[in-house]
Amino acid sequence: MNAYWYCLQGIVQREWLRFVLQRSRFFSALVRPLLWLLVFAAGFRAALGIAIIAPYDTYITYETYIVPGLACMILLFNGMQGSLSMVYDREMGSMRVLLTSPLPRAFLLASKLLAIALISLLQVYAFLAIAWFYGVQPPVWGLLAALPALLLVALLLSALGLLLSNGIRQLENFAGVMNFVIFPLFFLSSALYPLWKMREASEWLYWLCALNPFTHAVELVRFALYLRFSPLALAVCLGLTLLFAALAVLTFNPQHAALRKGS
Amino acid sequence: MSALQVQGVSFAYGPRQALQEVGFNVAAGSFSALLGPNGAGKSTLIALLTRLYDLQHGDIHIFGHSLRCEPRQALRQLGVVFQQSTLDLDLSVQQNLAYHAALHGLGKREAGARIDEELARQQLGERRHEKIRALNGGHRRRVEIARALLHRPRLLLLDEASVGLDPASRLALNQHVRTLCSEQQLAVLWTTHLLDEIATGDDLLVLNRSRLVAQGPAGELGDDLAASFNRLTAPAPQPMEVGR
Repeated sequence: MNAYWYCLQGIVQREWLRFVLQRSRFFSALVRPLLWLLVFAAGFRAALGIAIIAPYDTYITYETYIVPGLACMILLFNGMQGSLSMVYDREMGSMRVLLTSPLPRAFLLASKLLAIALISLLQVYAFLAIAWFYGVQPPVWGLLAALPALLLVALLLSALGLLLSNGIRQLENFAGVMNFVIFPLFFLSSALYPLWKMREASEWLYWLCALNPFTHAVELVRFALYLRFSPLALAVCLGLTLLFAALAVLTFNPQHAALRKGS
Repeated sequence: MSALQVQGVSFAYGPRQALQEVGFNVAAGSFSALLGPNGAGKSTLIALLTRLYDLQHGDIHIFGHSLRCEPRQALRQLGVVFQQSTLDLDLSVQQNLAYHAALHGLGKREAGARIDEELARQQLGERRHEKIRALNGGHRRRVEIARALLHRPRLLLLDEASVGLDPASRLALNQHVRTLCSEQQLAVLWTTHLLDEIATGDDLLVLNRSRLVAQGPAGELGDDLAASFNRLTAPAPQPMEVGR
């Protein structure tokens, strides 16, 4: 059992060291949501009135509304970027070091996903701290209650990223997947607008957003931040995390890329 | 007991056959050289030996453990140096080694002691805090060997480990691995396409166009190893067109 623990520690530590060495990655991960919060939200505050909707007990500013969505945006980009690094690792050969470990491959990949998720959480809490000073102040206990929700969402998005990266032949192709996955997931969700606003605009757009897993991820975090619980969001996120992780592990095989190149 | 038994291994990339019915043994504590021109199937064989690729046909045993049935026990006996460097250039020597130790389930204290020991053996003790990026090719290869030996394997695979090194570094690396082999009773499978890395006393395996075409002590291939190798790896004659 100790071997598994040491292995997990080693994988998390390596991810942490790489993160520390790439400080620009930390800042760029923060710049994106901060621009949305400080510039985009400020501009849209007057245009978008937010009615009283769960989990909020009163009228809220637009900035308050979008903070959970922006926190999930960090997790979304990091999850995909983490998977991108696995494509890079696979192409550069360093993935081989991980895979020649005698421990089970499923455990190694799960550890890698957990390491990516933990690093993402640091960035989310750095963002929430800045948002706090900007005036978006959820309950203090909400920040703690959101931790498991954020971890689950981070794992969900990392597993999705790994699943997608398994189908990618070369590193360059990942950029296309980013455009076809990240932006639709983010914009067709409740991250920036409540679903009732979407319904006012278009019924089919509303349904697209309602069925988007990212909407449930955002709502899980939003509810947790305000010390409320959304069973539907939890069920969707938990179920999809298990499904994506299982599919990612089952379809992960370094020889697939070689076989495709050879065929 | 053989360190490595490869039995009837075949592998294809789609329609392209990379290995056909390859079988050989590597004795415990011996230095074996797997020789073959580029594209002969050496790297595919290494990928199969390290379980990066799944076996399609045949089986591989490492110290009696089948890669199919007991992959964990088999991989524990195995250290690998890949052709392409797999070190993290931005991490230090020590950090790279510590990562590998963790992947093999070694605790910090035990890993620390083994890192000290291996770095001393590779004469890299003073460079432990340097980033890999700052090391030359020869030293990087030594770090990879230290890493491959950290979990104390009994079989060491080196896949064209000397590629990219200058002649002096190539020779030094080859000698260094031979010394490790004799001092630690380590079985070594050294793959190469360069004849000057082979000594007459080595067990030689010659791979060409996906098949094992010769096997035995290098000295038995004849006095002129280069001529024998050229004969064994000569391209297949092109079919002649007749009757036009």
